[in-house]
Amino acid sequence: MPDRLSTSGLVANSLSRRSLLGVAGGVALAGLAGCTGTTTPAAPSAGSGSAAAGGQTVTVGSGSSDDVPKRAYQAVYDAYAKKSGNIVKVNTVPHNDFQNNINSYLQGSPDMAFTWFAGYRMRYYAAKGLATPMDEAWATVGSNFGEGLAKAATGDDGKKYLMPMYNYPWGYFYRKSFWAAKGYTVPVTFDDLKTLCAKMKSDGIIPIAFADKDGWPAMGTFDYINMRLNGYQFHVDLCAHKESWDQPKVKAIFDNWKSVLEFQDPNALGATWQEAAQMLGQKKAGMYLLGSFVTQQFTDKAVLDDIDFFPFPSMAVEGQDAVEAPIDGLMLSSKAAGNATAIDLMKFLGTPEAQDIYFSIDSSNLPVAKGSDLSKLSPLNKKCADTIAGAKFISQFFDRDALPAMANNVMIPALQNFIKTGTVDTANLEAQAKALYASQ
Amino acid sequence: MTTTTAPAARANRRARSGTGSRQLTGGDKATLAVMVAVPTLIQLLLVWLPMVLSIVLSFMKWNALKLSDVKPVGMSNYAFVVQDYPPFWPAVAHNVIWLLFLACVATPIGLLLAVLLDQQIKGTRIYQSVFFVPVMLSLPLVGIIWQLMYARNEGFINNVLGTANTAGAIDWFGDSQINLWAALIAATWRHAGYIMVLYLAGLKGVDPSLREAAAVDGASPVQTFFRVVFPAMKPINIVVVVITVIEALRAFDIVYIINRGTNGLELIGALVVQNLVGEGQVIGIGSALAVMLLLVALVPITIYLTRTFGAED
Repeated sequence: MPDRLSTSGLVANSLSRRSLLGVAGGVALAGLAGCTGTTTPAAPSAGSGSAAAGGQTVTVGSGSSDDVPKRAYQAVYDAYAKKSGNIVKVNTVPHNDFQNNINSYLQGSPDMAFTWFAGYRMRYYAAKGLATPMDEAWATVGSNFGEGLAKAATGDDGKKYLMPMYNYPWGYFYRKSFWAAKGYTVPVTFDDLKTLCAKMKSDGIIPIAFADKDGWPAMGTFDYINMRLNGYQFHVDLCAHKESWDQPKVKAIFDNWKSVLEFQDPNALGATWQEAAQMLGQKKAGMYLLGSFVTQQFTDKAVLDDIDFFPFPSMAVEGQDAVEAPIDGLMLSSKAAGNATAIDLMKFLGTPEAQDIYFSIDSSNLPVAKGSDLSKLSPLNKKCADTIAGAKFISQFFDRDALPAMANNVMIPALQNFIKTGTVDTANLEAQAKALYASQ
Repeated sequence: MTTTTAPAARANRRARSGTGSRQLTGGDKATLAVMVAVPTLIQLLLVWLPMVLSIVLSFMKWNALKLSDVKPVGMSNYAFVVQDYPPFWPAVAHNVIWLLFLACVATPIGLLLAVLLDQQIKGTRIYQSVFFVPVMLSLPLVGIIWQLMYARNEGFINNVLGTANTAGAIDWFGDSQINLWAALIAATWRHAGYIMVLYLAGLKGVDPSLREAAAVDGASPVQTFFRVVFPAMKPINIVVVVITVIEALRAFDIVYIINRGTNGLELIGALVVQNLVGEGQVIGIGSALAVMLLLVALVPITIYLTRTFGAED
């Protein structure tokens, strides 16, 4: 179904749209595409309808459909339009639809740029020729990004395919006042964590809030134990199935996890992450391993200000080098090949200026460009940002780093079963991985 | 010549008027052709073509990108599903449980509701509407309603039992020992209303003189129902059996809104969706699952069709 998106009227082939408009009333070529409800053109001025007068048009397909990120992106595009005189046309599609239909979208009639994330699927579409490299933009603004970000934006061919906009770290969140009252201290090693958990359990609270009804949150624990034990590169190779699942290194992940399984909320399989966050907020649970978006759940400012963060404890020689911090940004589709305006937009997005504008509206995510104004960050966000800045490696979360079918169809049931029974069949994981990666 | 041809012509005309209803003008033929061709085309395009493509794709591997990426793999998708895919056999078992539960619990409840509401009780139309409402509700709404019933701490059931906010609260959706039954109760809530409407129509169609005759012969109301009325509804009974079987086979929506059909709620229908739609798309394996479901579904459908059309002959 290559036209699934366009039939909903959200994304139309720009050629056919133009010819349609032409038939309808001789409307000038560039821009004024007010024909779909969700199209929000950011024009430099109302009068510049023609290409000659107003500059070039760049189209952006966006899955950032939630109100806050949507407004934040729009503000960035508006700023670009004002600065460059070019026109940015945004087609916003509901988040889940955008992600589920990305295959047909990229093959059908994509916009020049589209919101996406770093990881396996970025590299996959790049390798399939469905994305256009943007090394030219990176040559200009690449120095704004650290090594981890640059690596995460690089495809298998060594070219850059993503312009990072923001990210957010995963780690343990806890309530400062609660821990101070109980005399708990932040664990640095995994053994510290286990000791702390045992103490919490004897105090009658659930040490680790946990929720996995939706299946994906457990992947965070898996990723961290994996990276702490086996290192970042093993995580990447395992996710890409360059490493076998049926080997002692993978079994060790589950063995270590099993030693803290008794400290996790036993009702995890019926709960959503929002419910688990409430457990943390109500001091029924001691800590919670999740992305920093967990703070969205604490609407009471007193609670929010009481939330603190610590990175996943170290386990083996790997220390705390790697941090799980999914990066969101923009990619260029095959349609943007040779398009200087699209590259120009990417250059702008990679500046601290653009990321400051984004952050001024959406403060739940962290700007990633060096030189961004971090003075407005809350102490918690500052800590999150420092953790990412100090990391040697940035992983993208299992469902972004691995084949989506592996994450959705294999890992979710396997991890849920592990949480329930404490057992996992790594030979079967390998058998499934073999079949699924071969089918791509 | 004209005199001799005149009677022949008349006879001819008479003959033609005799067969006139079978003689079609060009316009009639065109209309008929369109009326046959359009549904046939729609049927071919929307039913047969996707079905044949599914069957073909179930023997292929494909990343859903370029047509040139389609590669034949023989039976390996089927082998994978049967041997290596852990949710498959639980899903088969759950579909069987689903079928038995609908057949032995949900459908009889629907029949009971129909019989009760068919009596001339006060407000019967209101009750009918109430029981039929679940059939018409949209899926997200059904999800919210059952979330309100089953939630661990906020849910109605745990609050009535007094277990809410305690360690003993029943985890209706998360405990894989019981979540299938929780889902089946939600399914019954919808299915019974559907069956009720079918049987209400059936009961209306039963000739009242049959009941009167039975009453005259001294049959009790129970005897009248089981010996006279129920057998008289044979056509409806067949429809209900087929609907129950098909509903059990294609069951998917309720488990999908609970937890997307994982952790004790695996159903074949949910696995098909998981593998064919969205991010976890693996065309070959999803198609293989769909074909297996199709083959099982063909059995009751075939029985149903031979029964209905056999009866007409």
